[in-house]
Amino acid sequence: MSPNGAPTKITQGSQTKGGIGESTLRPDGTLKVTGEFAYSSDMWHEDMLWGQILRSTVAHAEIVSIDTSEALAMPGVYAVLTYDDLPTDVKNYGLEIQDTPVLAHGKVRHHGEPVAIVAADHPETARRAAAKIKVDYRDLPVITDEASATAPDAILVHENRDDHHAGHVPHPNIVHRQPIVRGDVAEARKRADVIVEGEYTFGMQDQAFLGPESGLAVPEEDGGVHLYIATQWLHSDLRQIAPVLGLPEEKVRMTLAGVGGAFGGREDLSMQIHACLLALRTGKPVKIVYNRFESFFGHVHRHPAKLYYEHGATRDGKLTHMKCRIVLDGGAYASASPAVVGNASSLSVGPYVIDDVDIEAIALYTNNPPCGAMRGFGAVQACFAYEAQMDKLAKELGMDPVEFRQLNAMEQGTLMPTGQPVDSPAPVAELLRRVKAMPMPPERQWESSEGADVRQLPGGLSNTTHGEGVVRGVGYAVGIKNVGFSEGFDDYSTAKVRMEVVGGEPVVTVHTAMAEVGQGGVTVHAQIARTELGVTQVTINPADTQVGSAGSTSASRQTYVTGGAVKNACELVREKVLEIGRRKFGSYHPAWATAELLLEGGKVVTDGGEVLGDLADVLEDEVVEVEEEWRHRPTEPFDLRTGQGNGHVQYSFAAHRAVVEVDTELGLVKVIELACAQDVGKALNPLSVLGQIQGGTTQGLGVAVMEEIVVDPKTAKVKNPSFTDYLIPTILDTPTIPVDVLELADEHAPYGLRGIGEAPTLSSTPAVLAAIRDATGLELNRTPVRPEHLTGTQLSAG
Amino acid sequence: MRVNFTVNGRPQEADDVWEGESLLYVLRERLGLPGSKNACEQGECGSCTVRLDGVPVCSCLVAAGQVEGREVVTVEGLADYARQRAEGGCTTGACGTSLQNAQQWEAKGTDSQTGEGTELSPIQQAFIDAGAVQCGFCTPGLLVAADEMLERNPNPTDADIREALSGNLCRCTGYEKIMDAVRLAAARQSEEV
Repeated sequence: MSPNGAPTKITQGSQTKGGIGESTLRPDGTLKVTGEFAYSSDMWHEDMLWGQILRSTVAHAEIVSIDTSEALAMPGVYAVLTYDDLPTDVKNYGLEIQDTPVLAHGKVRHHGEPVAIVAADHPETARRAAAKIKVDYRDLPVITDEASATAPDAILVHENRDDHHAGHVPHPNIVHRQPIVRGDVAEARKRADVIVEGEYTFGMQDQAFLGPESGLAVPEEDGGVHLYIATQWLHSDLRQIAPVLGLPEEKVRMTLAGVGGAFGGREDLSMQIHACLLALRTGKPVKIVYNRFESFFGHVHRHPAKLYYEHGATRDGKLTHMKCRIVLDGGAYASASPAVVGNASSLSVGPYVIDDVDIEAIALYTNNPPCGAMRGFGAVQACFAYEAQMDKLAKELGMDPVEFRQLNAMEQGTLMPTGQPVDSPAPVAELLRRVKAMPMPPERQWESSEGADVRQLPGGLSNTTHGEGVVRGVGYAVGIKNVGFSEGFDDYSTAKVRMEVVGGEPVVTVHTAMAEVGQGGVTVHAQIARTELGVTQVTINPADTQVGSAGSTSASRQTYVTGGAVKNACELVREKVLEIGRRKFGSYHPAWATAELLLEGGKVVTDGGEVLGDLADVLEDEVVEVEEEWRHRPTEPFDLRTGQGNGHVQYSFAAHRAVVEVDTELGLVKVIELACAQDVGKALNPLSVLGQIQGGTTQGLGVAVMEEIVVDPKTAKVKNPSFTDYLIPTILDTPTIPVDVLELADEHAPYGLRGIGEAPTLSSTPAVLAAIRDATGLELNRTPVRPEHLTGTQLSAG
Repeated sequence: MRVNFTVNGRPQEADDVWEGESLLYVLRERLGLPGSKNACEQGECGSCTVRLDGVPVCSCLVAAGQVEGREVVTVEGLADYARQRAEGGCTTGACGTSLQNAQQWEAKGTDSQTGEGTELSPIQQAFIDAGAVQCGFCTPGLLVAADEMLERNPNPTDADIREALSGNLCRCTGYEKIMDAVRLAAARQSEEV
């Protein structure tokens, strides 16, 4: 029996038009506005139990003992499991390094680590039972920063490392280190008339997707389990789950349940294995839904970072060299830290031409919360720092900050610090020109005939100013983000496309394992099918593991890679359909053999527009189906000593102009406007493109002025795990976001498209910071900026 | 305990409710109405917004027992509620389907599982048309809140819209398309009058 909320096919019927390039509306839109779209937390099964996780209350401690007896004795409790109950020798998981315990064994390494799991007949019973589990901890010293991690007598977060980075890192508390050296910095430095240095701090940001981690595990008759789950990559989850359960992968069936946002936070496993373990143990379906408090502990965050930069420039404004050191705090487990290091180092120069660079990026193991993927992935932290440096240099040189950037902007053909040539358009100077040319928002926009509208002033309805002490500032920034998985990763996707005639109409079914997390991949897949196969009716099958891997909905890659796979499968289907047509009708018209043939409007037509026949007549009752993997151009690993290598697939560029108003007396910031210009290669769905750019821009605004997970440096405990204390932008905090979209095709990519989701998250933050600096004259070397940083009233740094 | 209340015009009875359960939990887990969302369960995000006797509330902060004998409208009932309001028949949202309408009910042409052809309220349609839906998790709460604002204030300024929706968090859209959707619904509404 399928549980309530199991996803169904979605069909956009014959009334829906729209191939690529059109703003086709979402096929799941109606379901989502009526409340019928089932998210993972909406799943329901008769007789299901509720799972609950007991998490560590301390950051670093030995577990002396665990007593579950009282919890087990509670009425309504079906199972209480600890490390000792794990069924196989595989007790850890991880994206790249399997260092994360399913349940803590002998030690906890961060605040909120899973220690035990409970299944009960009511969620409150499960919570109360978990609270009755007695865990005796013996505290260990906490590693919280680079100094404590690499001190001579530092306690090791992970002993006996044998992962493939262990051999080249300078200390076992360093997950991965990537140096990049190109040119001769010492020599180039001599040419510099101006040198600026800076030390920057980037706070820990949370993805704060709204749909909490959740899912339903249903035990199956063959001893396997069916997991309905919100994730970014079904097959990656499967690869990590099955060995822990002791099941072959075919006995772990995975179906994507509705996903309420992701932004990187669902790349790692959360409750997947726990729900499966409880379902297999109790023989009953088990649902786990985190609440918001638990969600802050249940997924990795964006790496907080310290960044040390030195840039030089000649008097006429040409960059001479750059040295930087980027220290990312990976927290207790590796997650995506190695790849984040690769990005941070290889993108640390930004979209500029600098031939002589000396770069080092590392990620630490500490007892802070684990950090991994979040939109922008290592490029965000670097962009915050190098853009601050650009403003400092421009100021030092007495140049306009936009002109200075344009003077040094990379273009097609520029070499990355890794030696890789940028071999598609890189319109960095043009994006800056466009964003600067946008009309400025009017001054004193809060004034009305009835006095000040405080809603449009810093402080808002708190009514803290009617314009007194309010100063306007304007700032610019631009960034570069890679698209797709890098460093030699086999980054493929799979699509299965079927064409048949139903009720006299040709219809296409697209089946992939792509995680639709809100980005609109389902919309785009249908558009591609319409464009390639000349149909209107397209059905999108639910994403599951019955079809090959689609790779992750990450790294701005899904439209490129799974979109590419759908396009490729459609082309193969078209060839087969045309073969059938040639076989049946070739003798009636020579064009079947000689002309370039297309499928349009349900017909086979020549490229000259002559109709050769109806698809319905060609296919009759034949079904054409193709499942095929598709790959973009291969990449290479970065050399471990020099960082050289063609590591990236594609680059994506966006520029922002921020206009802010600051109440300098109270340190309150109102962002008035955040204009963006971005090159998207080809906008497959312009409406969705705008949504991605505006959404990404707003997440960048969040970490500029409000969002930060605060970790106590003495205890490594999280101090603000709630939406009361971790603030994300509301509609009042968010300004208008005018967008100028540029479409310069990348000849290597399907339709010339460029991955777009992440670039706007990069430059948004430094643009806001630059605007606040412009308004206040303060240096502001950390983000997010808090009121006390603007008023000078903070008790201590940091 | 047992709780009797009206949801989207229909009387409902929830049994074996534990005293600590929220209205949100009862709607989602006991009445099979998961449209109201559980993004924070702390009263901060607005994803669980419903109308209680016409007033928008975070259903996660309402104890189930507090709704005894009262009327609730959720996103699942929003289209009916808006239609009845437009017909001038119902001001509380608790009128349900009249006997006459029920007798005349017939299936509408819906298109497979997408819900195409489903009757939507103006604000629901505007959210789709304007591209205000991405992951959609904030959408139900925003729809209930925006619909209520347009009921009070049919011609809102941008500042009015932002103020009215400031209790509803969205993480995907940057709110621009949500602003567009509310402006669109208001414009369509004023054209009709």
